[in-house]
Amino acid sequence: MYIRATGNISPQKTFGHQPLVDAAAYTGNRLACIEPDYKEFIDPKQIRRMSRIIRMGVAAAMECLQEAGTKAPDAIITGTAYGCLEDTNSFLSKMVEFNEELLTPTSFIQSTHNTIGAQIGLMLQCNNYNNAFVHRGFSFESALLDGMMLLKEKDASNVLIGAIDEITNTSHTILNRMGLYKQGPVSNLDIYKNKTKGTIAGEGATFFLLANEPSATDYAKLDGLHTFYRPEGNAEIKKQITSFLERHSVSMDEIDLVITGKNGDAGSDKIYEQLGETVFNAKNTVNYKHLSGEYPTAVAFAMWLAAVTIRSGDLPAAFNYTGAIDKRINRVLIYNHYQGIHHSLSLLSAC
Amino acid sequence: MLNNNEPVFVAGTGIISAIGNKVAECLDALESGRAGMGPMHYLQSAHRQRLPVAEVKLSNDELAKLAGLPRIKSRTALLSLVAAKEALQQAGIENIKDLRTGFISATSVGGMDKTENFFNEFLSDNSKGKLRDVINHECGSVTELVADALGIKDYITTVSTACSSSANAIFLGARLIRNNIVDVVVAGGTDSLARFTLNGFNTLMIVDEQFCQPFDENRRGLNLGEGAGYVVLISDKVAATLKNKPGIILSGYCNANDAYHQTASSPDGIGSYLAMSGALKKAGLKSEDIDYINLHGTGTQNNDIAEGTAIKRLFDPHYPKMSSTKTFTGHTLGASGGIEAVFSVLALQHGMIFPNLRLQIPMVDLPFVPEREIIKNATVKHVLSNSFGFGGNCSSLIFSKV
Repeated sequence: MYIRATGNISPQKTFGHQPLVDAAAYTGNRLACIEPDYKEFIDPKQIRRMSRIIRMGVAAAMECLQEAGTKAPDAIITGTAYGCLEDTNSFLSKMVEFNEELLTPTSFIQSTHNTIGAQIGLMLQCNNYNNAFVHRGFSFESALLDGMMLLKEKDASNVLIGAIDEITNTSHTILNRMGLYKQGPVSNLDIYKNKTKGTIAGEGATFFLLANEPSATDYAKLDGLHTFYRPEGNAEIKKQITSFLERHSVSMDEIDLVITGKNGDAGSDKIYEQLGETVFNAKNTVNYKHLSGEYPTAVAFAMWLAAVTIRSGDLPAAFNYTGAIDKRINRVLIYNHYQGIHHSLSLLSAC
Repeated sequence: MLNNNEPVFVAGTGIISAIGNKVAECLDALESGRAGMGPMHYLQSAHRQRLPVAEVKLSNDELAKLAGLPRIKSRTALLSLVAAKEALQQAGIENIKDLRTGFISATSVGGMDKTENFFNEFLSDNSKGKLRDVINHECGSVTELVADALGIKDYITTVSTACSSSANAIFLGARLIRNNIVDVVVAGGTDSLARFTLNGFNTLMIVDEQFCQPFDENRRGLNLGEGAGYVVLISDKVAATLKNKPGIILSGYCNANDAYHQTASSPDGIGSYLAMSGALKKAGLKSEDIDYINLHGTGTQNNDIAEGTAIKRLFDPHYPKMSSTKTFTGHTLGASGGIEAVFSVLALQHGMIFPNLRLQIPMVDLPFVPEREIIKNATVKHVLSNSFGFGGNCSSLIFSKV
């Protein structure tokens, strides 16, 4: 299957299909999305009614569909770990504050986890398959697998797949209290250096149009996806990776680039370092979470990165990559884990 | 690898709802016409004097004991584990450890019941509130508590498409089997009552202050309920290894979108029509093959006329028997598709059509009337189960006898 189009709103200048020349630098442990002018993509009357995550999700989806030149995907499938937090928080706070009185429905209506996929369907007047996955660090991969199966089953010839998660002040405060993020001054461009505890928070809205048939403008082929849950140890992780490659008849020698999910948390990054010395030995490896920040559906950013890299043949200039990639990048392996619980492997190649 | 025509069997079922803590208790209540609504007993809400609900008749402590989980966990997870355990036990797959097993759960509320407690303290001081109350807020976290307790890890995910969530979870399970990703799937959904959802539906002014009357001309709205319902789906290959090969398959399914309004159904019920007709097509059945429709039938003005209009378009003039079992369980939101899938299986297994309770005056705009009394010894070969939700998400499942 083929990645025909993308739309990506992230803490980097990824929206608008311009090459990613510079990495946006941030200080502090929270990277916020660079939001576009929504008027080009959404009716201004509707923009006002939508919360921020809905605007981001809908705009990223619309940009993706515009690039694909379609208004009627055979399926719309979203993945979000946290859902529409701002609306949830708003309704919940008022409910507690006013002791269940004087509430209005808008934020409740928009708090449901399928809101973004539903809004996209509504704007497109699209009666087709519409699904929403809400499984923590597997939310995006679950949506992707659903779409891949629909294509295989011939119940769809193209599917719109997206990952959306936002940080709000409330969620950042709570996740910070849980110890997820780095404390003290931190720059996103230096997160891999210090080997301290914690990562930096990120968010994003990333959409893909996947199609059964190739077209002249595809980004890449999506050759495989595999997830595994709570592996028993590093040996199992290594085995999962090698058998994934075997199943797809690809050797490490044929992988031009490995994208890993390092996030700067010393504990969480250990496995990537071990794999770098073993399974991924001597392979060109890059990380992406200094650009996107860490969040449960961040792997969608990695897939976007893999897609644009394969289409151009080279990493975006923002990587300032000093390793030895001496040929066109034709095949990319993504390995990501979220909090050591949700692990995924994706394989992409040039068309 | 993909076998699009492989029969997917129902090997086991599990339920906990306002009308019983296990399948046999629910069946008994359905047969004897015993509804589960009543005054709020466990949910602590400001609306307790005014709004009846369909609660599971166990405290969190009692549920935790039944589930074998700590009592501090979300009620959503406790309900889920009780029903999922029953479904697996009933399936009795001896060599399950050697098989690839999945857990696909649906929920709309997740760990919200605990998050509400957290917010009581957190709102006045952001350094307050017990983190243990919010750590399982995410829907997926509730699924994982249950998957871990069941020892399932080969494929786990969570679906959340409002009131159609469970139906989508169940047919995703069947597709995972047909795509040769798993051999066995526990699929369905769970939702506990929470102040968040009760107040949300209350602001929409679609909660009935009396017991709900779906498909009645004078219907006033829905009663919220809670519970969990799961089916164990197995591949043809696994079914062949069982001592008693299961006699029921998930024959058809379809997901469509109404694309009309975030919370209201279109007047002609286009999403419902597409879901039902798509499920028939997938099953290779004609509309007259359906013996019973387990209606979505919430009791709101809007749902029942949209669903009824879509049924008229698809089935006229050969109407199957119909009823809304939400007249027993209330609307259990993300769990309803799971609970009603189990009721559909029960209708096939026992040759029964369950009654649509409290129906007094049939809707004048519809040419059919749901069943008011239980029918026993009925010929039931194919059952259609409808689940329609916010966001225009409409899904239908068909269960068939083989």
